[in-house]
Amino acid sequence: MQEAGSGTKEIEVFLRRYDPERDAKPRWQRYVLMAEHGMTVLDGLHKIKETQDATLAFRYSCRMGVCGSCAMLINGKPALACNTQISQVADRKLTVAPLPNFDTIKDLVPDLSAMFRKHVSVQPYLKRDDASEVEKPTGEFLQAPEEVVRYAQFTYCIKCGACFAACPTVASDPEYLGPMPLCQAHRYNSDSRDGGFHSRKLVVGASHGVYRCHYAGECSNVCPKGVDPARALQLLKRDLVLDYLRLKKRRAPAAVAGPPPTAQRLPNVPAAPPYTV
Amino acid sequence: MRETKFWTWHILAGAVVLVLLGLHMIVMHMGSIVGLLNPAGGEPIAWANVLARSRMVGLVAVYILLLGAALYHGLYGLRTILLEMGPGAALQKAINVLFWIGGLSLFVIGTLAAIVAAR
Repeated sequence: MQEAGSGTKEIEVFLRRYDPERDAKPRWQRYVLMAEHGMTVLDGLHKIKETQDATLAFRYSCRMGVCGSCAMLINGKPALACNTQISQVADRKLTVAPLPNFDTIKDLVPDLSAMFRKHVSVQPYLKRDDASEVEKPTGEFLQAPEEVVRYAQFTYCIKCGACFAACPTVASDPEYLGPMPLCQAHRYNSDSRDGGFHSRKLVVGASHGVYRCHYAGECSNVCPKGVDPARALQLLKRDLVLDYLRLKKRRAPAAVAGPPPTAQRLPNVPAAPPYTV
Repeated sequence: MRETKFWTWHILAGAVVLVLLGLHMIVMHMGSIVGLLNPAGGEPIAWANVLARSRMVGLVAVYILLLGAALYHGLYGLRTILLEMGPGAALQKAINVLFWIGGLSLFVIGTLAAIVAAR
């Protein structure tokens, strides 16, 4: 292996290649890459695509760990390619494959649609009886800072699919709802503005719902945003059991607070533009 | 909600097994130390002690409860493993029916054995 100056190192990169229109099954392809100091796996893939193999397919968008598009199996562990420096995970050899537990569209691009169908099924939005207030708000929903803390960490989820790829139950039971959708169900259940617990419990408490989680904890281990889905799932189970035993405290969704009665509009503030939709 | 019911009872049954199996272990394996429920003295598995315990109504009730809890907890766990192997809807239903019939049959047999021995 060749060592170049200023932290540049030659490494072997093995990429999982698969084109469903041509290949009967996936295969590994070897590339040699001059990995520069600070180069991310995504940078490396770009370099390979630009200089060695333009047919390579991978998905990315923001390049800064926010969008969740570039989750891949990097040296056997689900991670964001944009958030993983090559020097952190590989000395001489780097392997990159698409996320397991998903179908593959091409090369390193997983098909996340099954995960998002499950995500939609748990109704990941505020559900309230006063639908008109949600559509055309007259005020804001009152929420104390300590009520935000109950669900705040679960809002950091970027739906990258790393937790799905690491989950042993998803691997054995394709119908299992999976860590991300169940975590998001708990995120909304524990939001004081929400009133959708009783409609969500029919989905998350079904036969392939939250009770299939056996607390391996790998979802929390691999989450690139530090979310703890395993904890969310255990809290979700607790809420469902307490509800079944009629021990769960019932609460109404947060009230709507209109503008303060004594408030006056500041002069020279232009009116809001009309609705465009 | 059916799974919530099943799972809740699975957890409660686990707690019951933990306590009652602990009691069983203390009686059967720590007899020389604690001497609990061994009225004839000596070994807990001595015939006189076994006979005496089988005639204690409270202990018979405890063992019937332990049998029910252990059967439910164990069979629920086995059912979970089987359902996670991805059987079709018809096979899932067959597993459920089979486990209910098998579990209830074993419970009835065990209960009858405990009651007959108590006479």
